[in-house]
Amino acid sequence: MDVRVSHEAFDPGAELSGFEAGGAGAVVSFTGVARGDGGTEALEIEHYPGMTEQAIAAMVGTARERFGLTAVRVIHRHGRIAAGEPIMMVLAAARHRRAAFEAAEFLMDWLKSRAPFWKKEHRPDAASWVAARDEDEAALDRWAEELPSN
Amino acid sequence: MIEVLYFAWLRERAGTPRESVETQAPTVAALVEELRGRSEGHALAFSDLRAVRVAVDQKLAPLEAPLAGVREVAFFPPMTGG
Repeated sequence: MDVRVSHEAFDPGAELSGFEAGGAGAVVSFTGVARGDGGTEALEIEHYPGMTEQAIAAMVGTARERFGLTAVRVIHRHGRIAAGEPIMMVLAAARHRRAAFEAAEFLMDWLKSRAPFWKKEHRPDAASWVAARDEDEAALDRWAEELPSN
Repeated sequence: MIEVLYFAWLRERAGTPRESVETQAPTVAALVEELRGRSEGHALAFSDLRAVRVAVDQKLAPLEAPLAGVREVAFFPPMTGG
């Protein structure tokens, strides 16, 4: 299990090529990038040190068991991130593609609404907190029966 | 003594990221009622509880959660990670 929460920039290509898939037949990765639409110059990501790492580790453990992953990695940055830079990445390795795709989606759905991160968009004239979207919350229903209590 | 933490716009409204609070409140909801009286900013932070999420000792919890033996309570808006 590999969970990294830090301000540090990362290279998605290097993460993917260095990912120890442990003889898996399928590797799926997702990279989230800071959007630059609406004049957004940068995102500021606040998090809850301690709870963030614990909460992600719990969800990664659930994903590993539920989807039979042979390897899994979650990287999530915090602090100020310029538009166009990677914010976060999920990598999941399994014997077959469906489990790897589903595990990546499961982790993404969960990270969106249950990992303690908050995004603020900085534009030239103003800054505002990003509001949570109902569909992100609804996306969790799909996995409801196996969400941990955290 | 309970450490109370605020994140995102709750932190901005409360005017502080954390504070130590002497309280006998039996539940998170009762603690919120006490915190509301601390300042106008606090009152504003807690003006709409539907927009507030809670963690008790770093685990998500409902407003009705009991506070006996609890060291840390955090208040924040719905999360927007990913």
